[in-house]
Amino acid sequence: MFSGLMLTAWESASIVAVVAGVVGFFIGLRGSAFAAHALPNGAFAGAAGASLIGVDAIAGLAVFSILGALTIAALGRRARHDVATALVIVVMLGLGSLFLSMTTEYAPEIFSLLFGEVLGVSSSELIPIAIIGVVCIAAMFLVYRPLMLSSVMPDVAEARGVGSTRMEVIFLVIVALTTTMAVPVVGALLIFSLLISPAAAARSFTNRPFTAMGLSVLIALGTVWSAIALAYLSNLPIGFFVGSIGAGTYAAGRLWAGWKRNRASTPRVAGGRSRAQVQIS
Amino acid sequence: MQGRAVDGSDEILAVDGVSVTLSGREILRDVTFHINAGEFTGLIGSNGAGKTTLIRVILGLITPSSGTVRVESGSRGHPLIGYVPQRITLDPDMPLRARDLVGLGIDGQRFGLPLPSATRRKQVDEMLDAVDATRFADSRVGNLSGGEQQRILIAHAIISHPRLLLLDEPLANLDIGSEQEVVDLLARIAREQRIAVLISTHDMNPLLPVMDRIVYVANGRIATGTTAEVVSSESLTKLYGVHVDVIHVHNRILVVAGRREEALQHGGSESIVELV
Ligand SMILES: Nc1ncnc2c1ncn2[C@@H]1O[C@H](COP(=O)(O)OP(=O)(O)OP(=O)(O)O)[C@@H](O)[C@H]1O
Ligand SMILES: [Mg+2]
Repeated sequence: MFSGLMLTAWESASIVAVVAGVVGFFIGLRGSAFAAHALPNGAFAGAAGASLIGVDAIAGLAVFSILGALTIAALGRRARHDVATALVIVVMLGLGSLFLSMTTEYAPEIFSLLFGEVLGVSSSELIPIAIIGVVCIAAMFLVYRPLMLSSVMPDVAEARGVGSTRMEVIFLVIVALTTTMAVPVVGALLIFSLLISPAAAARSFTNRPFTAMGLSVLIALGTVWSAIALAYLSNLPIGFFVGSIGAGTYAAGRLWAGWKRNRASTPRVAGGRSRAQVQIS
Repeated sequence: MQGRAVDGSDEILAVDGVSVTLSGREILRDVTFHINAGEFTGLIGSNGAGKTTLIRVILGLITPSSGTVRVESGSRGHPLIGYVPQRITLDPDMPLRARDLVGLGIDGQRFGLPLPSATRRKQVDEMLDAVDATRFADSRVGNLSGGEQQRILIAHAIISHPRLLLLDEPLANLDIGSEQEVVDLLARIAREQRIAVLISTHDMNPLLPVMDRIVYVANGRIATGTTAEVVSSESLTKLYGVHVDVIHVHNRILVVAGRREEALQHGGSESIVELV
């Protein structure tokens, strides 16, 4: 379970999980889940186009996801953001269907772009994945504070010289790069799960932003590791496990938050200050 | 009146001949006023007068159709403006405590991760204490009440040491006791730290004891000067274009429009409208 191909699988999936955990934290903060859905799906068309002209899938993914990110940011300044995002995904999916109709690829290759092929990642692919991963993390840490300020209060940030358009472009390009490195590993459909679920679950466990980001990374790592192990043992597709474990962690987080709320609001009668006390200021 | 700069070197904000047209409608026309360091200015006007619009023009979020806005640059060349918006929605799901938001006021625009430090923490604690927010410092900002969020936003704005502090209806969500506390705090900060403070409000009364200057917006135009100069029957009648009475009762000022003689003739007070 830990040798050869499998080792590359563990490594690439771990890199993807760390980046998805960090980037996903900000996707939750900014409420940009729709863009995180659109970019990988659109990038899938890029990979199909790349195979058509015979270049590396990663090149196609990078070109399409970054173009998509820039278009969403540019259109989003004038139109409603969700409409801009929807337009981009529609155009890219259209191109994708055109490329697929022209290509002679076998169905399994297409399938692996959509649902990932963690066991199919070769050690030569591992290098670009690792480089892009490091770039994403470094960029996230670099813009951590201005991006947070701009995500929480865009106008206030603008008053302090943190332009919201600039932050939007930077962030969407980081999401595009994350997409580029993650699609070959976990697939265009399932990277969405890794970008959303761990961060959403982490939010339920803590009030502290940096802790939530760290927790999001840990949950993402736990998700992919157990998914690989379960896929290996059961011979079922890894995507099934990534998706269902992701949903499971989120449900666990909500349950935990609900339980904590209940406990906090149960009045303690003997001795302690109960909620029933009235305070007049 | 205090510290009017003679040489203009103390001038923090200069708004000159600014007109604003939004969706084909002229909202503000030929607005001119200047604010100096340490001055406390009230931006007074009724709902829809254009207070928020004027503040967003100063912030550079709205481009005026004519005129110029100049904000004195900070030491690093870009104008340091603290801003408290009128309305803000903070997601209750967001893992961000009140103290984190105040902390972002110190260094939110800087690159790199925030490194925990004792001085930073002390600074945040003191600021939280100053706005009476220590009680909910560790709660999620999104879960706080409107008035509690207002205090946190004020703390966020003040802790960044701006040269110019723009607050859009900061008193709207506060009860009367808190209102006076916040006004006193802002007045003290303006004086001690030589910050130019511009506060918008539809009720000037809480500001009367501390205001150095008024910018009174009505009909898309402004009247500016000291409270005594602006809030007078002549000056406001000119601004509104209808007869206006300024009534002083119990240390409060009431601004009402409508011809008293007409109202009396008709045997009622229907045509008397309280303005702000
Ligand atoms: N984008 C826009 N397009 C057209 N009209 C606008 C636009 N934004 C604001 N207005 C109009 O400009 C006027 C001034 O609005 P503004 O928000 O500045 O008022 P305000 O003085 O802040 O009022 P309030 O006390 O209610 O906050 C209003 O009549 C409003 O309808
Ligand atoms: Mg307003």
